[in-house]
Amino acid sequence: MNTANNILMEVNNLKVHFNIKSDNAWPWEKGQALKAVDGVNLTIYAGETLGVVGESGCGKSTLARALLRLVPITEGNVVWLGQDLTDLDKKQMRDKRQELQMIFQDPLASLDPRMTVGDIIAEPLKTFRPELSKTEVKAEVKAIMDRVGLLPNVINRYPHEFSGGQCQRIGIARALILKPKLIVCDEPVSALDVSIQAQVVNLLKELQAEMGLSLVFIAHDLSVVKHISDRVLVMYLGNAVELASKRALYENPQHPYTKALMSAVPVPDPKVERGKKIQLLTGDLPSPISPPSGCVFRTRCPHANEGCAQQKPTLQILSDEHQVACSRLADIT
Amino acid sequence: MNLSNTKKLLEVNRLRVNFRTPDGFVTAVNDLNFTLAQGETLGIVGESGSGKSQTAFALMGLLAGNGVIEGEARFNEQNILTLNEKAMNRIRSKEIAMIFQDPMTSLNPYMKVGKQLMEVLILHKGMSKAEAFEASVKMLDAVKMPEARKRMNMYPHEFSGGMRQRVMIAMALLCQPKLLIADEPTTALDVTVQAQILTLLNELKDDFNTSIIMITHDLGVVAGLCDKVLVMYAGQTMEYGTAEDVFYRPTHPYTQGLLKAIPRLDADDEQLSTIPGNPPNLLQMPSGCPFQARCEFARERCGESIPPLEEYAPDQLRACHKSVDGWVA
Repeated sequence: MNTANNILMEVNNLKVHFNIKSDNAWPWEKGQALKAVDGVNLTIYAGETLGVVGESGCGKSTLARALLRLVPITEGNVVWLGQDLTDLDKKQMRDKRQELQMIFQDPLASLDPRMTVGDIIAEPLKTFRPELSKTEVKAEVKAIMDRVGLLPNVINRYPHEFSGGQCQRIGIARALILKPKLIVCDEPVSALDVSIQAQVVNLLKELQAEMGLSLVFIAHDLSVVKHISDRVLVMYLGNAVELASKRALYENPQHPYTKALMSAVPVPDPKVERGKKIQLLTGDLPSPISPPSGCVFRTRCPHANEGCAQQKPTLQILSDEHQVACSRLADIT
Repeated sequence: MNLSNTKKLLEVNRLRVNFRTPDGFVTAVNDLNFTLAQGETLGIVGESGSGKSQTAFALMGLLAGNGVIEGEARFNEQNILTLNEKAMNRIRSKEIAMIFQDPMTSLNPYMKVGKQLMEVLILHKGMSKAEAFEASVKMLDAVKMPEARKRMNMYPHEFSGGMRQRVMIAMALLCQPKLLIADEPTTALDVTVQAQILTLLNELKDDFNTSIIMITHDLGVVAGLCDKVLVMYAGQTMEYGTAEDVFYRPTHPYTQGLLKAIPRLDADDEQLSTIPGNPPNLLQMPSGCPFQARCEFARERCGESIPPLEEYAPDQLRACHKSVDGWVA
């Protein structure tokens, strides 16, 4: 299924560095680079869901934004259907956004409180297809509302009248109305309750199958990602540490970080939860302003040795569907 | 595990929390009953708006000004809901302590961490500064804070989220309280840090024999820590029993739905089952069972009266009109 001719997006050595200056720095002082994303390579195929997991500060949201060029890209490029997005000017990029949409984490904050639901969903249509008449726009809006499970009689209501789950449906409708090819979902269900979360996850899965969408699904919750993804990318401190098909990753995680992450997820089953052995990570995430030399995970890795400080491991191909960035792999398995 | 006998540390009877709002009275917690013995851990589970946090605030006497409490909560035979501020202050921290959800906003940003810890001991235990300092360092060591002595001199912003939560836990445990109320202590943290904190709580529970009320929306957290589980929905108890019963033999449609709706790392089901609809608006509560609108088994009767919380098997209580085997015609 994932062959060279259904590649949607290719990400090559993507780096996003933010320049950080302390508040009381002198004007001539140079800031430090915060390496939010530091050399990520990715391929996104048509019709698939790529999950991106990692803890806060691992750069997953920055990666999401960089895919849509919502943050300045420091180095590397994002190739969308053969076209390098980093070459485009503002206007050309805007046109491309019809095919690339995004769903945000906070469903209420990402909707304009002074616009009605109908206007919010119709806005992308009015922007990109001004030739449509009012009635046509309204028909499209109603069709998409119906599809995401919003009743047609709420079209004139305002976002504050809706619950979190409903707001997320509005966000999904707005992202879908231009019939994009790729939707980047940045933690779309993290703010929702369990019972609502399941509704939204199922909706996204249905829509994807129906419309042949590709999704980049970003979350910190490994179990949700497992549920929706075909392939999963695990990130740590701006670096990709493991990229594998869902099956390969969850059945046979290789990277020490992935293993620790998986063992830390609490399972709603008392016997399993009390019996399992958690691989506790010691310490905290290092600062992305001064990341450790070599492998960024080495300061918390139980298997690290001197070699890990010397050279930064890159993703090595383990099998067709499994890539890991760890130089000690041969010794620890 | 037994829900009824052994010496009770805390006994909550018909606890009700109402809020006066411009739109009328809102009942956030409705007739809550539970008991807790020394050394036991109770998990209170529910979605946002289910009243689980307000229960904790009511017990600690920390309700917002427009909150009205009814019912009683007997802690060591004494009703703590009617105590005045001064008497309550003696109980807080010494007897009952609380850990809050957001460790950043619960610590004073202007005070060094050490000073905040020492303050508790100086106030409640009448220790001298030097004694309090040593005791605080010891407690920070107990919660596995690296370089505890050095950290006493640092401000909260210099700590990471997990470290701050450790400070909160250390602070809560300084006076060795009998009861620790933890309100979503790991929700703001990453999973690997959450695992550290939960392991720590489990160890502390064994070391100090502290009773814990764990308030969370995450059933996985409850599974690892709690002896008993109380499932709340829209301010009411849906099901209450031992962790084993609630997880392996849930009898309430809401609990059943909730357990099925969680995506699990150890399962491989393609479609998540969902609970349709949304939680009810507390201002316009339906008559009868609060869950009826989303319940697949709901019948006419569910709209007529609120199902009472009844013991259906030893130590297992449920509030549902439908019997466990189905509707009796």
